[in-house]
Amino acid sequence: MKRGQPMANQQQPAGVTWLEGRTLRCWGAWTMPDVAPVERALRGMVWPARSVLVFEASGIEAFDTGGAVVLYRALMEARRQGCEVSIEGLRSDYAQLMSLVSSNWAAMVAEVAPRSNGSERLKTAIGNHLVRMIRGLEFLGESATALVRLVAAPRRMRWRSCLNSLRLDGVNALPITGLLTFLIGVVIAYQGAEQLRKFGTNIFIVDLVGISLLREIAPLIAAILIAGRSGSAYAAQIGTMKVTEELDALQTFGLSPIELLVLPRVLALVVALPLLTAYADVLGVFGGMLIASNQLNVSFSAFLSRFEEAVALRHMLIGLGKAPFFAVIIALVGCYQGFQIRGGVDDVGRHTTISVVQSIFLVIIFDAICSILLNWWSL
Amino acid sequence: MDHPPPIGASSDQAEWPVIEVSHVSTRFGTAVVHQDVSLTVVRGEVFAIAGGNGCGKSTLLREIIGLLTPTTGTIRLLGTDSRQLTHSNGSPLHRRFGVMFQHGALFSSMTLAENVAVPLREHTPLSAEAIRDIVALKIALVGLPPDSAIKFPSELSGGMRRRAALARAIVMDPELLFLDEPTAGLDPIIAAGFDDLVLNLKRLLGLTVVMVTHDLDSLWRIADRVAVLGEGQVLGLGTMEALARSDDPVIRSYFHGPRGRAAHLNHSGRGLHRD
Repeated sequence: MKRGQPMANQQQPAGVTWLEGRTLRCWGAWTMPDVAPVERALRGMVWPARSVLVFEASGIEAFDTGGAVVLYRALMEARRQGCEVSIEGLRSDYAQLMSLVSSNWAAMVAEVAPRSNGSERLKTAIGNHLVRMIRGLEFLGESATALVRLVAAPRRMRWRSCLNSLRLDGVNALPITGLLTFLIGVVIAYQGAEQLRKFGTNIFIVDLVGISLLREIAPLIAAILIAGRSGSAYAAQIGTMKVTEELDALQTFGLSPIELLVLPRVLALVVALPLLTAYADVLGVFGGMLIASNQLNVSFSAFLSRFEEAVALRHMLIGLGKAPFFAVIIALVGCYQGFQIRGGVDDVGRHTTISVVQSIFLVIIFDAICSILLNWWSL
Repeated sequence: MDHPPPIGASSDQAEWPVIEVSHVSTRFGTAVVHQDVSLTVVRGEVFAIAGGNGCGKSTLLREIIGLLTPTTGTIRLLGTDSRQLTHSNGSPLHRRFGVMFQHGALFSSMTLAENVAVPLREHTPLSAEAIRDIVALKIALVGLPPDSAIKFPSELSGGMRRRAALARAIVMDPELLFLDEPTAGLDPIIAAGFDDLVLNLKRLLGLTVVMVTHDLDSLWRIADRVAVLGEGQVLGLGTMEALARSDDPVIRSYFHGPRGRAAHLNHSGRGLHRD
């Protein structure tokens, strides 16, 4: 066995040689890293049909379970092809390893039924989808009833956790949201400037930047950022609490996780996202204004006076009005995915990703529906 | 506690020290974990590190396997300074010991068979077929049914996960096996089964076993020698019989509390039956 000689590096790697056609001499170190070449040679070996073979194993200098498995596999393969095989000269302690393999051989080669076939997998996939949809509805319903209970008894609201969430998800998101919408304002103005200059209609930069930012882009950018920043955090926080059984602990105290964890977060986002959107509006328009004065000679004062007449108040109100709905979508999806986490650590990562993708998806769908409906009502 | 000599470990190597911990002190900030701890583990024995919660057992284990570096003192593992393990990934030394972590530490994104195969895939040029055979043997050796191989860790029970972790730790036929609290959280019957499994594997594969535990039953059942840690020092080192006779108040309270007495009685009862 290899541990017999801790310092021995002078062992030959494993090998096999045929002697007189019927005797296979095995030699060298049959240990796990070194047995690989011989394993390949033995697997490709064509055994002489219906003959009596001898594995002459006295040349094996080191042996471990890996070597034993390889030797036993070769033995079984030769027997399967109709040969009569015996092993000679194997050291007694190595022979014990061989008997260890042979006594476990049945379990080792046992056919393991594959998990399921195609149609079954399809069935379970459809079933899982249905279950997930039902669970989603269930979660929505529970949240709604918890909200109703809360409205009936507002003193049960967890203001502290709500304010904490407001700070983490609102205040701390100000720099990144501001910077991004500022840059988006700059980009839109640059792209527009090129076209507007051609027609000499420089002043319309105000309409372009103002309406697109206030009505669509600022709310969307803020929502997408918050989905990535806070929605994922909700899923990971609640999921980790689930894995560490904190949610179960809450329930044994008769506390509702939805009331304790979900509602404060939803409420905090419903407050924070419109405020963030308003802030994004200001910085985005400011970015556009800078480029307008720089590239199109539209001064700040000209920009602002045109802004007053060109951009109707409803554009801003529509933009701000969508924000709370976005907030509800993001918070609910994040929390819901958190509750869906079952297994261990990789489940947390998976559901965190799902929460971000799903909430951005739903936000954009909702936005598109809004656009269609508002167009219908010609707003 | 006489066990048959392990296969393959020839007698001249029997007293070869596989682990030498000398004058190790560990401090985290101002908290002193170890103060001048020294001990030696010899080839072929089951060596247990015992002691109350927070006495630095697991820290010592992590230092021996190179996950932590002691503040002062040296640790030699199989003749090499274990500090080298910290800075060299994939050194040959890593193939010569296996570690079973307290909660299994199975990779949750892989099936049981894939988990067990990780060291083989990474460290050997063996073909996929040979790896599958070796993995199947190790899974059978730890007493798991063949169909558990395609299951994910989250689908296994606690006891099965422990066995799977053991299969992964022994997959490379290591000389040294480290077990961190192998029986913690298992029911007494499964824990006893696990102890027997460790003894059996030790005999079959010629392992030296180092385990951290505070399970008194398993100390009586399988440990050849025990080091009791407390107050940052080795309070006592020897066989369980010798430690049970110790006058040190901490050791006395550890072994002669109600649980300690019960474990002792249990053990001597079993011994009588065997005779």
